[in-house]
Amino acid sequence: MSLLHEVFARTKSENRAALIAYLPAGYPTADGAVECIEAMVAGGVDIVEIGFPYSDPVMDGPTIQEAVNISLVGGTKSATVINTVKRVSQMGVPTLVMSYWNPIERYGLESFATDFHAAGGAGVITPDLTPEEADDWIAATDHHDVERVFLVALSSSDERISKVASVTTGFVYAGAVMGVTGARASLSDAIEGLVAKVRRYTDLPVAVGLGVSTPEQAHEIAQYADGVIVGSAFVTAIANGGPPAAKALAQALSQGLAR
Amino acid sequence: MSVDEVLVMPDLRGHFGKFGGRFVPEALMAALDELDDAFRKAMVDPSFLAQLHDLQVNYTGRPSPITHAKRFSELAGGATVLLKREDLNHTGSHKINNVLGQGLLTLRMGKTRVIAETGAGQHGVATATVSALLGLECVVYMGEEDTKRQALNVARMKLLGATVIPVTSGSKTLKDAINEAMRDWVANVEDTHYMLGTVAGPAPFPEMVRDFHRIIGDESREQMLERFGRLPDVVAACVGGGSNAIGIFTAFIPDSEVRLLGLEAGGDGVETGRHASTIVGGAVGVLHGARSYIMQDDDGQTIESHSISAGLDYPSVGPEHAYLADIGRAEYRSVTDVQAMNAFKLLCETEGIIPAIETAHALAGALEIGKELGKDAIILVNCSGRGDKDVETAAKWFDMNP
Repeated sequence: MSLLHEVFARTKSENRAALIAYLPAGYPTADGAVECIEAMVAGGVDIVEIGFPYSDPVMDGPTIQEAVNISLVGGTKSATVINTVKRVSQMGVPTLVMSYWNPIERYGLESFATDFHAAGGAGVITPDLTPEEADDWIAATDHHDVERVFLVALSSSDERISKVASVTTGFVYAGAVMGVTGARASLSDAIEGLVAKVRRYTDLPVAVGLGVSTPEQAHEIAQYADGVIVGSAFVTAIANGGPPAAKALAQALSQGLAR
Repeated sequence: MSVDEVLVMPDLRGHFGKFGGRFVPEALMAALDELDDAFRKAMVDPSFLAQLHDLQVNYTGRPSPITHAKRFSELAGGATVLLKREDLNHTGSHKINNVLGQGLLTLRMGKTRVIAETGAGQHGVATATVSALLGLECVVYMGEEDTKRQALNVARMKLLGATVIPVTSGSKTLKDAINEAMRDWVANVEDTHYMLGTVAGPAPFPEMVRDFHRIIGDESREQMLERFGRLPDVVAACVGGGSNAIGIFTAFIPDSEVRLLGLEAGGDGVETGRHASTIVGGAVGVLHGARSYIMQDDDGQTIESHSISAGLDYPSVGPEHAYLADIGRAEYRSVTDVQAMNAFKLLCETEGIIPAIETAHALAGALEIGKELGKDAIILVNCSGRGDKDVETAAKWFDMNP
């Protein structure tokens, strides 16, 4: 069993959801990101998503756009991302990369899967790669033992959910709102139904993200999903209070994960 | 690759060879499927086609004429330069062709709000126009940089009842306006149609926008045979995203003896890196939902494009152009700001037509290829837009302000 699936099995046995945290590589700096993630893991984060900063983040709201911009202006390159994966995976947590498609295509699918795996990475989340365009990526990730994470949305039909589930190997990422990343006061009521629908098509873990920022929301989601994904809230915490604030947020969110 | 194979492009998943496709968040897939379905049904529905035709004739003023630019021709090596006058359309450019089609589709899908991106403001004005005509709420995203370059068009959009949102992220130009429009669309897809203004983006946009613009070439081909008894040797058009070029090229693709020439914005020159010539100077990549030629660095980050023309200042290009370039059916060249502005002034002074600066790139291409081919050649140029919006830029360029 892969480390990623071991963690989901463990959190399940502890009768709670896994806490999955997102932070872009190079934010606030290359070293700073690693320090922050260390603090987040100490605070209870189970799985880490490292964002691959990209110039045209069409799925991200202002908070992550700003963080990614700071990272790129600070000189983040593909090599920075791979190096961050290496340092974070050494902490013993399953480490994923979340990337828009073009940086991976430019790196080369085979090369990226090879280097990512060698760095100890567990899986890759590809929010703008549809299953229809993913044949070469499926081959490369299968070949190099890298887990694939695809997304489902509130607007996804049963047919699409089934298609997404069939190409996913890590966990299914269910978007909690229709829209870009960023904290929301309330999530859609339909998200529980979406998670239930996904379960009809796969036994893989299902994690919920997009808009999730508070322990209360985490608690609600933990009742029906296997993982709770938080991104923008960590970025904001780090902007305001660095690693200690990131750790405090992870601790607070962890309190909400019990079923 | 036979001509027949070219004609059936794209495939069922929106691929033009290896280009095109759909690289979008899953949240948009349902909306793209809905649009695809509505588009295909509409294009075989006689009542939709009749409604569209009525608007083309009685609202836009189609067919647009072909003008023989006699004095300008003398500067093009004596070749005959003909102008397909899309600048005479209502709203002043070819953009109206696409928005009428998409506007009617919006109504058929039961959506009440449209969003659009715009660079030069021509597509924004066209979208605002059709929204007023059809009673749709309209929001236009425009790079802050472009709102300054094209202040006249901002005022036009506002007069037409649209909300114009200046985009301050990234390079503050067309690419960032598209990013912002996509963010809006993901959040509001239930009641909102994204009226994409060019032959780029995820399927079915490149095919759909092409089909709404192909009337330019369909008319031209007929007009050529009727008035000149022959087809042109060259069909030339400027290419940013490439909608006016695809519009005039499509009817001529099967005529293998007709050369198709796309003119990309060269900015300060491709060799300087400050340009928007994605086919001439870019590499294969994915941007804004499709695989095409894009301007990017070694890490896959988009490089900001540069051009005096806001409408061509875009670091990608429609996937069908990438495909036509790859198979050699169309040829693409780069025209610098200086070359374009020279052609701009020459057309003003020899024909009494002030073209859009975008169009001036095609005119510069005509001057060049005319000199190459000599006086027996006929060059049909898509005069895609009029230049009222560019008067201030031109006055500054030529130092004409008092």
